[in-house]
Amino acid sequence: MTIESKYGVPTVAVHTDKFDRVVRSVSVVNGMPGLRQVFVPQPIMGKTAAELYAYVDGLDPITGRPVMQEIVEGLTRPFEEAERGPLAFERATPRLVEPDTEDNLQRLFVDNHWTDMLPIVLPTEARVEAMLRGTRRRPDEVVGRMRSTHFREQWEYTVEKVAVNAVMAGARPEYFPVILALGSTGVTARSSSSSAMASMAVVNGPVRDEIAMNAGTGALGPYNHANATIGRAYGLLSQNGQGGSVPGTSYMGNQGNNYAYNSVTFAENEERSPWEPFHVQHGFGPGDSAVSVWNGVRSTAFTLGVRERHWREHVGDMLRGMDPSVPPTLLLDPIAARQFVDRGGFAKKDALIDWLYDHARMPSSQYWDYQLVQNYLYPRATFGEEPWAGKLRAAPDEPIPMFRREDIHVVVVGGETNGYWRIMGATYQKTASVDTWR
Amino acid sequence: MGDRITVLNPMGFAPLVTRKELAPRLNTLDGKTVYLVDCRFDDSDVFLKQMQAWLASHLPAVRTVFKPISSVYLVDDPATWEEIRDRGHAAIVGVGH
Repeated sequence: MTIESKYGVPTVAVHTDKFDRVVRSVSVVNGMPGLRQVFVPQPIMGKTAAELYAYVDGLDPITGRPVMQEIVEGLTRPFEEAERGPLAFERATPRLVEPDTEDNLQRLFVDNHWTDMLPIVLPTEARVEAMLRGTRRRPDEVVGRMRSTHFREQWEYTVEKVAVNAVMAGARPEYFPVILALGSTGVTARSSSSSAMASMAVVNGPVRDEIAMNAGTGALGPYNHANATIGRAYGLLSQNGQGGSVPGTSYMGNQGNNYAYNSVTFAENEERSPWEPFHVQHGFGPGDSAVSVWNGVRSTAFTLGVRERHWREHVGDMLRGMDPSVPPTLLLDPIAARQFVDRGGFAKKDALIDWLYDHARMPSSQYWDYQLVQNYLYPRATFGEEPWAGKLRAAPDEPIPMFRREDIHVVVVGGETNGYWRIMGATYQKTASVDTWR
Repeated sequence: MGDRITVLNPMGFAPLVTRKELAPRLNTLDGKTVYLVDCRFDDSDVFLKQMQAWLASHLPAVRTVFKPISSVYLVDDPATWEEIRDRGHAAIVGVGH
């Protein structure tokens, strides 16, 4: 789009057919509804040169016309005025929904893709007012902006909009500052990525106890009202605050992601952790309340305990089981955390992270052959960006670090019913103050 | 039929969308330089090289340049866009998956 509009170069964009609705929608919201687009079959990835030549020489599966004829026409046929679209357009969001019965409104919210397909608490004015009493902030204050993908426009949401979504999720007013803090990050929990991302949210500080969050037994499961509804509110706010998350148009996750139901939301078990809390590692004081968010949450590795004889190999194998394009965050039950201290002498969390960085290695040729590494890291390496440029210089058999050290994280959670622990493939984004939203 | 109730709309606020200009089209591709811009995603390079071969075979009067973007597609690439503007006449960008 940039090359066409900013640099004045006549351009045709080629996409695979699964993306026809999403790319046309993106063109419209970027003010270029007439952008010339041509489609070929999905997938491109893994096809032979001969198969791809057949795509080029074949028909556009959307229009049924020859691909190359459309491309030539796209570069040479003048635009008609109607293709250029309006000079500008606005999309108003009415504050209220047309009054109706409870059943009809529940149905309307589902039909409008405003829910996660589970029943919601209808956001009546009285319920929203009650939620707003959970903060001193004004209802019309802008909390943040989100979008489902890099190429879409940012939508904006106010304190009142966050309250509406919090009510829908079943949250209580005392949780509201945590939900506002999540909204303030601008990190969507409803990315449109075809990789089917979810988010993860970890709460630290005194607010955990104030609102009775769970950091112990069952913390990541459906067993605590605050954990469950704060995470659900984050997801609903994301999809509605950013203007939608609709399969085929603004959501393209190929398999979807069950983690997205409540965005893996829990409190860190600071009291039973042998290390400093996560938010303290990120510039907050122990008495501050904060929430940290990750995205790209898809993969999980799991084991029990840290065995005396082969723990190094076990952990190394778990790390090599992760896709190298998504860094690891270890979620350690306190039992496992103390075993890491005992086995490895990791008195500080940083020492464990150093060890993980050094032991998460694979041969260079294997690393660079991962498709997501090819898509996202190899281009940065050839651009000269470190550390990837340096990794590119390694011999094919040389074991190279799979992750950047600064992208590896450790959080302690669990109720010590056993020493099970897991690694989440997840990309840490930021930590936001809860206290500023009280 | 139950009582009718009033509820709030959960959607955020969309920004104003303003029209962006589309580049004037060429009269013909004969004698022109067309850049095949590789987004470097999911083997798009293999695909665009087949398109380049097709153009060489079917439209030999069109000069083509295969050009991978400098980094990942999420990063703007003014150096590449300037090169295409200064040395080329048109672009085919692919592949959006």
